[in-house]
Amino acid sequence: MKVTTKDVAHIAQLSRLTIPQDEMEKFTEEFNQILNYADMLNELDTKGVEPTANVLPLSNVLRDDVALEGVSLEEALVNAPEVHDGGFKVPRVIE
Amino acid sequence: MELYDTTAHELHEKLVKKKISSVELTNKVFSRIDEVESLTNAYVTLDKETALAQAAKVDKMLAEGEKIAPLAGIPGAIKDNISTKGLKTTCSSKMLENFMPIYDAHVIKKLRNDETVFVGKTNLDEFAMGSSTETSYFNVSHNPWNLERVPGGSSGGSAVAITAGEAIWALGSDTGGSIRQPASFTGCVGFKPTYGRVSRSGCVAFASSLDQIGPITKDVHDAALVLNAICGVDANDSTSLPVAVPDFTSALKTDVKGLKIGLPKEYFAAGLAPEVSEIIQKAIKDYENLGAEIVEVSLPHTEYAVITYYIIAPAEASANLARFDGVRYGYRNLEATSAPEMTTASRTEGFGSEVKKRIMLGTYVLSSGYYDAYYLKAMQVRTLIRKDFEKAFEKCDVLLTPTCPNVAYPIDGKMDPLATYLLDACTIPVNLAGLPGISIPAGFVSGLPVGMQLIGKPLDEETILRAAYTFEQTHEYHKAIAPIGGK
Amino acid sequence: MKYTTVIGLEVHAELKTQSKAFCSCSTKFGGEPNTHVCPVCLGMPGALPVLNKQVVEFAMRAGLALECEIKKFNKFDRKNYFYPDLSKNYQISQFDKPICEGGHIDIEVEGEHKRIGITRIHMEEDAGKLVHSGATIKTSDSSAVDYNRAGVPLIEIVSEPDMRSSAEARAYMEKLKAILEYIDVSDCKMQEGSLRCDANISVMPEGATEFGTRAEVKNMNSFRALERAIEYEVERQIELIEDGGTVVQETRTWDDAKGITLSMRSKEEAHDYRYFPEPDLVPVEIDDAWIERVRTELPELPAARKSRLMQEKGLSDYDAENIVATMAMAEYFDEAAQVSTDAKGIANWMLGDVSAYLNTEGIEIEQFPITPQNLGELVNLINKGVLSSKLAKKVFTEMLKSHKTPQVLVKELGLEQISDEGAIAKIVDETLAENPQSIVDYRAGKDRALGFLVGQIMKKSRGKANPELVNKMLKEKMQ
Repeated sequence: MKVTTKDVAHIAQLSRLTIPQDEMEKFTEEFNQILNYADMLNELDTKGVEPTANVLPLSNVLRDDVALEGVSLEEALVNAPEVHDGGFKVPRVIE
Repeated sequence: MELYDTTAHELHEKLVKKKISSVELTNKVFSRIDEVESLTNAYVTLDKETALAQAAKVDKMLAEGEKIAPLAGIPGAIKDNISTKGLKTTCSSKMLENFMPIYDAHVIKKLRNDETVFVGKTNLDEFAMGSSTETSYFNVSHNPWNLERVPGGSSGGSAVAITAGEAIWALGSDTGGSIRQPASFTGCVGFKPTYGRVSRSGCVAFASSLDQIGPITKDVHDAALVLNAICGVDANDSTSLPVAVPDFTSALKTDVKGLKIGLPKEYFAAGLAPEVSEIIQKAIKDYENLGAEIVEVSLPHTEYAVITYYIIAPAEASANLARFDGVRYGYRNLEATSAPEMTTASRTEGFGSEVKKRIMLGTYVLSSGYYDAYYLKAMQVRTLIRKDFEKAFEKCDVLLTPTCPNVAYPIDGKMDPLATYLLDACTIPVNLAGLPGISIPAGFVSGLPVGMQLIGKPLDEETILRAAYTFEQTHEYHKAIAPIGGK
Repeated sequence: MKYTTVIGLEVHAELKTQSKAFCSCSTKFGGEPNTHVCPVCLGMPGALPVLNKQVVEFAMRAGLALECEIKKFNKFDRKNYFYPDLSKNYQISQFDKPICEGGHIDIEVEGEHKRIGITRIHMEEDAGKLVHSGATIKTSDSSAVDYNRAGVPLIEIVSEPDMRSSAEARAYMEKLKAILEYIDVSDCKMQEGSLRCDANISVMPEGATEFGTRAEVKNMNSFRALERAIEYEVERQIELIEDGGTVVQETRTWDDAKGITLSMRSKEEAHDYRYFPEPDLVPVEIDDAWIERVRTELPELPAARKSRLMQEKGLSDYDAENIVATMAMAEYFDEAAQVSTDAKGIANWMLGDVSAYLNTEGIEIEQFPITPQNLGELVNLINKGVLSSKLAKKVFTEMLKSHKTPQVLVKELGLEQISDEGAIAKIVDETLAENPQSIVDYRAGKDRALGFLVGQIMKKSRGKANPELVNKMLKEKMQ
């Protein structure tokens, strides 16, 4: 077992998710299945191999510093679940 | 042949010659939708009113003698993870069930400039995470060749729309095979361009370094037309390539003489269904008879590609999907009394289990203590996989492989998750290396389509288009029509 | 036991670009909530960042001014954490490849010179703002998020843990602020939050080689707050250790009203930022030509300005050092020096009465009511003998209130010094006639008599007689 249900609960918390108790076992099992499968990567010696974060042969894609109009307040808030005084309303920030 | 089963390039001719009107064509497509949509579930959202208004506009342009773009007035379907201003974009998730984008994706802007008609938004696996549309919050789409079977995914809705005559052309997105695999399962043409060819701006990100928008069409010619319409650099996407875009239709030649086609031996190894293998072998023979030179090549790190992908893609996804927090848009749990509680509850209730699993997998491989063992390692293996392709392309012009090791599987939820992941073994490496790839119909097994994949060098879409066109024009597979609806 | 304090500072400076770091929205301060926003800074699905070139140039400028090495290869990373003011719930930052490394700032505290190392400078984006329904975050049932500041570019400047006192920390911060102002990359307003400072503070027994456990203190909005927070935190840690406790590594917030630091620990899990390369951006590669261009465009730095003031204006080391301490002071000086050639005179006023006034009022030179032109004129009036230094102070006090030029005030107040020899001779003669005994005393060698006579004359002239002339004339007449 790479990860226990306790680990899974911790990862869920970091991800801002809750895994219901009755799904925990199955979740942990599937998680371990993938992580065990990942063991095969250890067969490869990657010492000195440059990591590929992006395949592009590009650098220095830069924009000139020019300010443009953004969207209207109405557009900005059109999908907001709750609004207060032109802001996106959220319940108390500190638990 | 019914208008809705006709290709875009043929319909363009008919429109220009005034044999049909765009309104007539659009109405035909919508009545076909009325006929079969309840069987296929290709769409999440339909937009008939806007579509007909746009069709009327094109008819007016034609009446006034204006020159129109090849896709003008021709109804297309858009995968529902591509941002359309004023038209809901749900990603087939409860999270975005009522989400109304405030801007158009770059590809949508380009297509609007070309005066195309948008039929609606097609179903996908939730946030494009899946290979069957089974993870969609709005139910699975059905394969028109056999309604008991999956259409593939994640761009399953787009593939179904094309196959069932519910659209003439469609857009999909491909992160690990999400255009090519459903094209293979439904007998369409699916094209994933070189990473950077098409702007990702407005494509709701799953894995940013792998995602690419591309066409799903009824034939290779249409794929070239859609590519012409959507490719090109975008100032709003730093990862879009500032290179000239050729006229892809000029690559549509029936000629493979002297073309070196590489067969990566690892793609023909165990796991490939014998019936599929037979079809691909026959295709290889046909190419040889057409004058192509067949060479065997090796991509030795192929077997590591799937797990490499299942580390990199979830890692990027875990950050890309963090923005769905119930604050600015999307589903919100209204009972929570604090912001962290609200976000956790909204995400827990708004995301389906596959999405949650991948977010957590990504969180795990990036977390302190595991980054080097998983994420860094995967990025290094990605380098090895890229180099395999570079080496292989020293010996050949294109690579030929099956698109998928098997045909469409039944919708019964019996597939083991890891086994499903392994079905993407032939398409995933192409995304990891950022290469262009096409899937075209190559035959049938028990009435189910089999796709053949052609992979090209970076930015060499033209060679695979030519190879694909040559095969298509010397065969009839693309003309087969799925037995659904009135037939 | 005696303790050594160890302080390192992490300073965030908002860059004064026209547009945000990764989108074209305006960076203008103020404005109604959510009116400088777009799909990118609102974190809309599918929206992508594109880097503002000016951000790179400003970061390079800061790096060069702080004697850093500019790194040729740059990339961005995502720093992942959930907070409602962070629209993507990750911040685009630089993790393992910052744009600048290894610089320093030289400070002076109580005559001691010291070099404070700079570990790194990196580029990142700011978050939005939470407007709380109640007085504080803790007493608020809800908050409203405004993303106008989301995506405004920042540089974070991380120092080595080289500071050993609150005074050193303040000196470092003042010097850093001055440099950032000189090179014109940031407004550096601590009150408005365009310059923010977090302090890593620890204590260890004197002579120890290993640092103690540090606490990170945030929310200090002025130099004074920085000093007070450090002093409080050091005392807190020492007391804790003396009482047999241990310092916990944690983030604390400075409560300026109460004058204490408070633990910010909540139910929140330990931070695990899960940094990874930002796949939506490509690397930034900086070549020598680019670095050289930015270097040649670098405005004059405080050190160069100081030596210029010493050489061209003849200011002393001390005066020049203090004049260049802030950009605004140096600018004020230069403007005044265009009116009066008496640089020393201007410096004396600025470092004397002007600074005293600023301190008492708690304002900056930008808010000082007397224009540099008028201060220059005042110095000129003294040098021309129109005003005695005593009367000049009176005029200065009036200038603070009235905004009138010193010439006008001198006339209005009737304060012109009497330098007319005939007029003075008349008063001298009168006074001598009234005080024959003083003449006798003076001639007997009693110097006090001279002082008495001068006093009488100044009284008669209501302080306006030129004292030098009075002295000279008295001595002549009593010979």
